[in-house]
Amino acid sequence: MGAGHAHRLYRHAESPVHRLPPHCKLTAVFCFVLVVVCTPRTALWAFAAYALLLAAVAAAARVPAGFVLRRLVIEVPFVAFAFLMPFVVPGEQIRLLGFLDVSVPGLWDAWNVLAKGTLGVTASVLLAATTELRALLLGLERLKLPPLIVQIASFMIRYGDVVTDEMRRMSVARRSRGFEARGPRHWGVLAKSAGALFIRSYERGERVHLAMLSRGYAGTMPVIDQATASRAQWTAAAALPSAALAVCLLGWAL
Amino acid sequence: MSSGLGFVPSLDVRGLAYAYPDGHQALFGVDLTVERGERVALLGPNGAGKTTLVLHLNGILTAGAGTVAVAGLPVGREHLAEIRRKVGIVFQDPDDQLFMPTVREDVAFGPAAAGMRGERLERAVRTALERVGMAEFADRPPHHLSFGQRRRVAVATVLVMEPEILVLDEPSSNLDPASRRELADIVRSLDVTVLMVTHDLPYALELCPRAVVLSEGAIAADAPTGKLLADRELMRRHRLELPFGFDPAATPAPPRRPGAR
Repeated sequence: MGAGHAHRLYRHAESPVHRLPPHCKLTAVFCFVLVVVCTPRTALWAFAAYALLLAAVAAAARVPAGFVLRRLVIEVPFVAFAFLMPFVVPGEQIRLLGFLDVSVPGLWDAWNVLAKGTLGVTASVLLAATTELRALLLGLERLKLPPLIVQIASFMIRYGDVVTDEMRRMSVARRSRGFEARGPRHWGVLAKSAGALFIRSYERGERVHLAMLSRGYAGTMPVIDQATASRAQWTAAAALPSAALAVCLLGWAL
Repeated sequence: MSSGLGFVPSLDVRGLAYAYPDGHQALFGVDLTVERGERVALLGPNGAGKTTLVLHLNGILTAGAGTVAVAGLPVGREHLAEIRRKVGIVFQDPDDQLFMPTVREDVAFGPAAAGMRGERLERAVRTALERVGMAEFADRPPHHLSFGQRRRVAVATVLVMEPEILVLDEPSSNLDPASRRELADIVRSLDVTVLMVTHDLPYALELCPRAVVLSEGAIAADAPTGKLLADRELMRRHRLELPFGFDPAATPAPPRRPGAR
């Protein structure tokens, strides 16, 4: 599909993972994350096994490690929070590197957040890298998400750029007339610009609605593309969560 | 082709009056008949009520007085869906018109809303995109196209409905000269009734053999475009100005029905 331009999270390639129907991949990622979250945090080897599973998926999808690692940066704010835990959680203390007193339950909590968070984000990054935004929406629609939410999401994708562009033009217009936002004294101007942008977007919404009515919109989006999946495709998509489930069960048993 | 149902005009507006809810009256009894296969330019200064008139044609606004009929079918609540299929409005800003994630889905929106599915839908979409020369852009998101391309796709989104009348709102605005000419070629190649709302008088002369002037909510003139543009007194009275150096008398009048037998 999409020739040329695509979202920057997406990485165009031909691979078995790219070819899987979007709703299969969504379900697989969702189940995988659930399984990971249910794993006991003391089963360190289980997390290593999950990481290997994801690495296998990445290899199958021809997504290089560097691509995934760069996109993991989004996780940083949460990781920062995790690093605080060993210092704030009460409990048995342990001395690290000879001078750092940290709590043992805090360390476990930090590890828990860090490991499960990273695995979840990596799975999502892989999903986004192998599935176009448009296909994701079709998948969500197929998974019976309320149509109104899918419509709102698709309009966000369609008009995100238009609104950003409008915002940029307003900013250029402000600066062309010698305005630079410096300090709280100028916040009033920025707030008014935000208000104007809101009104413009609102009015555009009305015009879009008018155009939709003119073309026969009656409250529901017509189904144009029907995403379908064969049993083989479902089985292929289930490979990741099933393998993870086996690891998880072992983790509880051992 | 064009004279199959020649008795029923594509558009018949009689005594149309409308006041906005805030009391501002925009139309004071408009009478306008457009025969099947005609291309008519609707001229008029800003605020003359052109957009208000257009929004009556497919029942977005409901007439305060008077009637609108499209191919003999009165515009009203009971057959709104049918009317909206017959009247294809191309709005001025293609970003308002193209609201789906890809060009193909956008063109498919109208017919799919009317219940068309599967292979028939695909074929209709392809044909409409080919008519505006945009077939190879079917899978692109609309916001990645140039302005001229977006306007052509906007035309395709209404052509796919096989409308009785195509209403173009300022079709040449924001287009560079090449895109402007390409759009003119497309409009000329279509065998469909066209009502073109515009400020671009040379464009009106190029495409439409007949022009009407809407001024202060009523039709002030209705004549062959070349003759109308040459009437300086009339033009001045309705705030219509030709671009510098443009002489309507020196420009050959458009053939009345190119492509028609």
